Amino acid sequence: MDIPYTVEVRRDTGLTNGKIGIWLFLASEVMLFGALFASYILIRTGAQHWPRGETILNVPLATFNTIVLISSSVTMVMAWASLMRGRFGTFRIYMGATILLGFVFLVVKYFEYSHKFELGLFPSTNNFLAIYFTLTGLHMLHVIGGMAVNAYFWGPGAKLWNTNPAWFTNRVENAGLFWHFVDLVWIFLFPTLYLL
Amino acid sequence: MTSDHAASIETHAGDHAADIDRHVRIYITVFVSLMVLTIVTVAVSYLHLPLPIAVSVALLVATVKGSLVACYFMHLISEKKLIYAVLVLTVVFFIALLALPALTTSNGFGIHE
Repeated sequence: MDIPYTVEVRRDTGLTNGKIGIWLFLASEVMLFGALFASYILIRTGAQHWPRGETILNVPLATFNTIVLISSSVTMVMAWASLMRGRFGTFRIYMGATILLGFVFLVVKYFEYSHKFELGLFPSTNNFLAIYFTLTGLHMLHVIGGMAVNAYFWGPGAKLWNTNPAWFTNRVENAGLFWHFVDLVWIFLFPTLYLL
Repeated sequence: MTSDHAASIETHAGDHAADIDRHVRIYITVFVSLMVLTIVTVAVSYLHLPLPIAVSVALLVATVKGSLVACYFMHLISEKKLIYAVLVLTVVFFIALLALPALTTSNGFGIHE
């Protein structure tokens, strides 16, 4: 049996099922990160002393990573726009760039984490580092998840383009919504943890 | 297919391509804006402003950046009503969640009586 409403919109919602599904998932993600942000506020406002992020963390590296992630959001949306124009080859280039930029983000994060561990700074060291590793670690898992989905659409999943291009384009749009959300979370994490 | 029909389809395809081109120009403008705002965020942090002002400025800039991503990259600026309804509900619960720490420090809630 075919999956219903992958291309044509439902009359009652005005949307494809995939689109409403991804937005409901993102709503749950907002609450997940919201709970951790609320914990951060509670722990910080209750602390006698709280270090400014820049005294412990590497601001230039995180700024570089912010630029990398924002750039990956642009390449992602350009990948979708390429499909809308019917240019599959251009889609592959932009999607490949998105995956590559995600990989660069993870490599930078690896160096950041490694440096902290070398200095003996662990999640158990203090509350600042506990919340730093929890929030950035969860965010990193989302980057890895997004990269896996994007890699699928760049590789084996792209076969759908030959049989049902409209459905494939919608799938890439939904993957893009998740990727942009990951970028959006980082936009708030960066100043909260590194600059304040 | 009649020649009128064929011409109509071609015009429609042309409109569609022009629409996507317009979108792409917007994406590039948003990208440049996000880069500029990232530099602003970092530059302001080097001013070592008092914490309440630093928090306000950082969150204001982050909110503008987040709105740009949501409105243009995630196409929220022209989305269906049902998506807006889901997001309004999410925002209400999100604000309630962030307000919980404030409630715990108020006298009425009981923790710091």
